[in-house]
Amino acid sequence: MSSRPVVALEHGAVPWLLAVALATAGPHAGHLPPWLSLLVVSALLWRAWLWQQHRRLPSRWSLALLVAGSIAGIGWQFQALIGKEVGVALLVVFMALKPLEMNSRRDAMVVIMLGYFLLLTHYFYSQSIPTGLWLLAAIALLTGTLIRLHGGQQPVATIGRQAGRLLLQALPFMLILYLLFPRVAGPLWGLPQDAYGARSGLSEQMSPGSISSLIQSGAIAMRIRFAGELPEKSDLYWRGPVFDHYDGLTWRAPAAPASLPRRAPVIEASGRSYAYTSIIEAHDQRWLLALDVPTKLPPESTLAPTLEALSREPLRVRGRFSFVSAVDFRANIIEAPATLQGALALPPQINPRSRALAGEWRHLPAEKIVAAALAMFRQERFYYTLRPPLLGADAMDEFLFTTRRGFCEHYASAFVFLMRAADVPARVVAGYQGGEVNPVDGYLTVRQSDAHAWAEVWLAGQGWLRVDPTAAVAPSRIEQGIAAALPEDEPLPIVVRLDADWLLQLRNRWEAANNTWNQWVLGYNPQRQREVLSRLGLANSDWQNMTASLAILCAAVLLAITLWTLRRRRAADPVQRVWQEYCAQIGQRGIKRAEWEGPLDFSRRVARERPDLAELTRQAASLYADLHYGRGGGEQALRRLKQCVRQLPPRRR
Amino acid sequence: MRTLAAVQRWLFRLGPDEDLPIVLTQRRIFILPTRGGVLYASVLAVMLIGAINYNLSLGHALVFLLAGLGLVAMVETFHNLFGLRLHPGRPEAVFAGDLARFPLQIENARRQGRRALEFSFEHQPAVTVDVPAEGQAVVAVPCAAQRRGRLDPGRVTLASRYPLGLFRAWSYPQPVFSCVVYPRPMRTPLPPLSSARHADNRHGDGGQEDFAGLRPRQASDPTRHVAWKAVARRSDEQPLLVKQFAGGAAEELWLDWSLTPADRGLEDRLSILAGWIVAAEELQVRYGLSLPGRRLAPAQGPKHRADCLHVLALYRDNDP
Repeated sequence: MSSRPVVALEHGAVPWLLAVALATAGPHAGHLPPWLSLLVVSALLWRAWLWQQHRRLPSRWSLALLVAGSIAGIGWQFQALIGKEVGVALLVVFMALKPLEMNSRRDAMVVIMLGYFLLLTHYFYSQSIPTGLWLLAAIALLTGTLIRLHGGQQPVATIGRQAGRLLLQALPFMLILYLLFPRVAGPLWGLPQDAYGARSGLSEQMSPGSISSLIQSGAIAMRIRFAGELPEKSDLYWRGPVFDHYDGLTWRAPAAPASLPRRAPVIEASGRSYAYTSIIEAHDQRWLLALDVPTKLPPESTLAPTLEALSREPLRVRGRFSFVSAVDFRANIIEAPATLQGALALPPQINPRSRALAGEWRHLPAEKIVAAALAMFRQERFYYTLRPPLLGADAMDEFLFTTRRGFCEHYASAFVFLMRAADVPARVVAGYQGGEVNPVDGYLTVRQSDAHAWAEVWLAGQGWLRVDPTAAVAPSRIEQGIAAALPEDEPLPIVVRLDADWLLQLRNRWEAANNTWNQWVLGYNPQRQREVLSRLGLANSDWQNMTASLAILCAAVLLAITLWTLRRRRAADPVQRVWQEYCAQIGQRGIKRAEWEGPLDFSRRVARERPDLAELTRQAASLYADLHYGRGGGEQALRRLKQCVRQLPPRRR
Repeated sequence: MRTLAAVQRWLFRLGPDEDLPIVLTQRRIFILPTRGGVLYASVLAVMLIGAINYNLSLGHALVFLLAGLGLVAMVETFHNLFGLRLHPGRPEAVFAGDLARFPLQIENARRQGRRALEFSFEHQPAVTVDVPAEGQAVVAVPCAAQRRGRLDPGRVTLASRYPLGLFRAWSYPQPVFSCVVYPRPMRTPLPPLSSARHADNRHGDGGQEDFAGLRPRQASDPTRHVAWKAVARRSDEQPLLVKQFAGGAAEELWLDWSLTPADRGLEDRLSILAGWIVAAEELQVRYGLSLPGRRLAPAQGPKHRADCLHVLALYRDNDP
């Protein structure tokens, strides 16, 4: 086969290949440097112009220069030549420049293969439903291009139909392979640094504005399905990081958790417990955002001394976790002295007025101190707003005595500051509060806009108790959600504040569809595969079993498709069929054609016996004779023969 | 080498196809991935590794869909040839050095068209043809005619890469084809008309004007001169009889072997004769052909020209 001559690329196939280049490289424009997108567009336009003008392609060396220049530019831009982003950029450049040296069908095949690679790279950035649909359209285009390359000039509609037919037949294989191909828990080798993009979510520290900026996002943080009833809305505290250390501006988690005594927390749960499964979006951190407080954890996770559930590895991809939680609990009634000591630490000197206020309370019992602080928030003129004024060095003083406008993070940190200043061990807890049930699929949806911060105080004999100062300022935040607690003009994401009913329904449907997609398409991992297969009756599905059933099913589908397409249609020759129909029609008008009678003889006999039919019959007979015995005449002659049948005058009765 | 040929003969069922029409059944169609198909498979393998490594669910879906597409393409490529019926036609005679064209009528009984069918003889250029649904097409498969005589082009390679070019299905139908190849005409001046005088002496036994009796038919005699009535009266063993005519026009040209230069080889001398026949026909004169052991009476017209060239084509064909 190696001696086979190079097949030149047809002129008419070039637009297809340019469309392939545009469809596969184009959507990357969003995450490429602008000069690269500009290069792609101008290279493709150049190629299109050359095509339109029937001009020769540029010489090899000028292209080599262009490629070398682009690679150098990419290396300079990304300061690397290895990595995911760089790989994508290089593929895009090749895709843009390859059409400029595309002379043979083999070159065109290379463009198609590049296109397949580029399609794959899009999933680094998005794997949503629209991306999936776009995948199908792009594959149809690539398939159509292959058909155009190997099937010659055809109408676009014919190519489209044929591509659709092929894809439809390929679909069962995709489903079988998707279900049964033994899944390997990735990565096969170390991933480059930039394998995962930046994720939004709670961070390891909290400074003024960090949560209120998170609240601007309507993105979903997690979805929860409860096995039974839902807890009260005011009990829905999803615990994230716990902040112990305050430097006057920023709250942080204990810097070196290992130095603290790593004792398992002691929890006394009472009342009913709730079983649920959370689907948590990737946030690149270890906390699992369990409902306060989890009594049963998913495998490969632990409960930190500060009560938050932690996975072993940061959540790089969306994950599914099952918990049991209790909302009535007491935790760590006996707490390590070092922990309590840490929960009283404050930076020296700052915020003198706050310290003075707390000093007035110090003689009271701890419960009374908590009540006094909450009463202050409730009774003084504090405002709950996403747009608090900026605070200076003595942030707590300014907030408590001057501005009095703030968000949950302000209230939580001011409260904890007061408690510590009054010698009550306290800490800040960040997480999410509330959530909204999607009536379409029954999942409780928690968004970034539900991000929240609250406080915990440790009281002797009672352990750690949750105190939410925001609830004192804006009770509707806890009872009804963020949208109800904030006035209309606050900058909330639009998905949170949908007024029209139909819009809300549309959003719910769309999010439910996304959830199904996430779980069944994107979340189909080795564990999920085992679950599904055991539900299908393949109880012990090791990879040998899976491969065997995969092979059998694929063979069965292949056989079915083969049989279906090869099914013999015993259709007689169409020419013969039409002629026989014509003769039968004449027969009904009184002249039967004998078996041995040739078409021309028959037409002469008809001419003698029925002169009125002579002309038509002569025409039909000569058409038939030409089609069947002679030089043919193709579709047009056949159509005319059919017309002859139709033109026969109605029978006389 | 001989074993390889034997294996090929067995594997590909090589051998002349006597039964008509030639139907392409499963056993006659072979299929292998093309270079593009191998590239496709390796690209898919790399993509699968990438999808696993980066945990891309849609990447898995993409690879699996493309894998299914590859399998479907295999069936479709096979399907593009399956069930075709081939009716070999009669090729027209050509001069040596020209392209002989062997007509094949392709019949497609299926309700789907067949696309991009490539026909070729071994080491010969290919022609591509589409066959409409439930229709027919005629393709003339070219084969370079190198030397005069009967040209047997051997097996046809019927191949298709449609639809995606990932697989190539092929079949080796071998219709019993034979094309008469005339000697390559060599243009030299026609023999002088005086040679017509020379032929005049003898033309009495070969003319066509007046009936002069019957003689046994030679292969070169046109069938319209066969005395069918006389033949019908005789038994089958005896050769056919042809009518003989006497007389004829005076303006006749005898293209005689002995007029060609004796120092040239057989092929060259036949080529010179062929050139004369072509020239004489163009001049619209009556001409006869005389070769050692063969004579064709003077006549004129495309039929006569073909008869004469045919004699030259097969002259002493069996000799080494």
